[in-house]
Amino acid sequence: MAEVLVLVDSVDGAVKKATLELLTAARSLGEPSAVVIGAPGTAAPLKGTLAEYGAAKVYVAESDEIGDYLVAPKADVLATVVGQAGEPAAVLVSSTPENKEVAARLAFKLGSGVLTDAVTVNDDGSVVQSIFGGAVTVQSKVSKGTPVITVRANSVTPSPSAGAADEVTVAVELSDAAKAAKVVDRVVEAKGSRPALTDASVIVSGGRGVGNAENFSVIEALADSLGAAVGASRAATDAGWVPHTMQVGQTGVTVAPQLYIAVGISGAIQHRAGMQTSKTIVAINKDPEAPIFELADFGVVGDLFTVAPQLTEELTKRKG
Amino acid sequence: MNIVVLVKQVPDTSAERKLNADDNTLDRESVDAVINEIDEYAIEAGILLKEANDGEVTILTVGPERATESIRKALSMGADKAVHVSDPAVHGSDAIQTAKVIAAALKTIEYDVVIAGSEATDTRMSVVPALVAEAVGLPQLSNARKITVDGGSATIERVSDTGYDVVQASLPAVISVVEKINEPRYPSFKGIMAAKSKPIQTLTVADLGLGADEVGLANATTQVVSFEVAPPRQAGQVVKDEGDGGAKIADFLASKKLI
Repeated sequence: MAEVLVLVDSVDGAVKKATLELLTAARSLGEPSAVVIGAPGTAAPLKGTLAEYGAAKVYVAESDEIGDYLVAPKADVLATVVGQAGEPAAVLVSSTPENKEVAARLAFKLGSGVLTDAVTVNDDGSVVQSIFGGAVTVQSKVSKGTPVITVRANSVTPSPSAGAADEVTVAVELSDAAKAAKVVDRVVEAKGSRPALTDASVIVSGGRGVGNAENFSVIEALADSLGAAVGASRAATDAGWVPHTMQVGQTGVTVAPQLYIAVGISGAIQHRAGMQTSKTIVAINKDPEAPIFELADFGVVGDLFTVAPQLTEELTKRKG
Repeated sequence: MNIVVLVKQVPDTSAERKLNADDNTLDRESVDAVINEIDEYAIEAGILLKEANDGEVTILTVGPERATESIRKALSMGADKAVHVSDPAVHGSDAIQTAKVIAAALKTIEYDVVIAGSEATDTRMSVVPALVAEAVGLPQLSNARKITVDGGSATIERVSDTGYDVVQASLPAVISVVEKINEPRYPSFKGIMAAKSKPIQTLTVADLGLGADEVGLANATTQVVSFEVAPPRQAGQVVKDEGDGGAKIADFLASKKLI
């Protein structure tokens, strides 16, 4: 059975859920092989989980330098692993901004094609994509070479399946070209305790109705009662109430969580394009005509400053 | 400092966008066409760099004849000239082919920096700037919310999940920008008048030395096999808050086993 390479995303020594989704999706295409790229010691704490989710092999490409440069080294290393793996059935990566760039550069190097933001990966390597903000669904395929596919988070339910996780060491030698863009500093602005927007299964977002930066604490409290990520509409990020990285929508992040709660967001096309493929949508807005209610599975017309805190309290109470 | 700004014309996002039923490519005809929104920020970034460092801003567009409208707008904002790769052979090209066309066109221009928007509103792939960097063999400085140019190098603040990364490279380099980078100017009347006489060089694929088999739908590395309009989302229940709105949402979430 052909190998299917899965690029592993991890944080603080733990495999990210998006990677478990990829390992699950990979099984329908062939035999999943995990690829860990990072500083020395990155792979060791991840191997148990990778085995649990069916990785037959774990390619370990570790180097002190690799994190110091943007995108290009990862594409180089993946191209090396594709060579080592023979003819893999596909390369799967999660749809983060960096991984999409890695995937594209990898496909260019391989002379193959890249498909981004797949919501389903079919057995034959073709994919389903949701485009134009969810208005159109397309079936696409790579018609040349090894398919390189980025898969949107929350598209697959991860399920365990034992794998051998045999370690294969990958020699990392960075070319000068791969070292062209040097990361000189990484600055953390957002609070670290909440899940990232791109892979959260529950998201609570605030919009213009929130009114100011201080009031965002109402959104944050609700999010924390659900273990959710905090998002925002463009009106809120443009006003500077919350960082731009929290923007969901046409020019921000596209998300498709299990549950999306829109608070004080009218639902302009710019926002809807980024969230309307969410599984369940709940909206709180004082305007009964707000277009967000056209999408909502459940909506409450009311003042967010009474409805949202009451919901937070209910959720906290029901958790016990 | 000479700057090339990559500009894409896209269907207006407020219109109902479609694919062509005959070949599954983007329908660029039936809806209004506009400059890809984030590209306006790229144009502004290019003009700001020119104003600070002298030099010229060249707009580079790959697209059908109609894209000239978007090029004129970019010129009216303050760019100096444009290169327009317009060739029916390009129709249906994928991201990788498009990057190869852009790379070939860049060979005809002298530049220190290439600036692009981070993402187009039609395909939303966010890969062309990275692909162009790969194709021309230049450093990739993508998703910048701030650009600083100092002598022969550029430093950007690249937006990340949790904040930003400071990334540095020597010039020439390919930079992509997000919309936090600046506030694009509106074309002035004077700018609009001046744009009418600014040069637009139109090139074909053959002019760029590319073979017809390197571009276009028939040679694409990816293919849209079929498409369907997604069924509209079923509107759910909307209730007026009567003092129990929060509790009602909690009940709904419980009924869906979401809590």
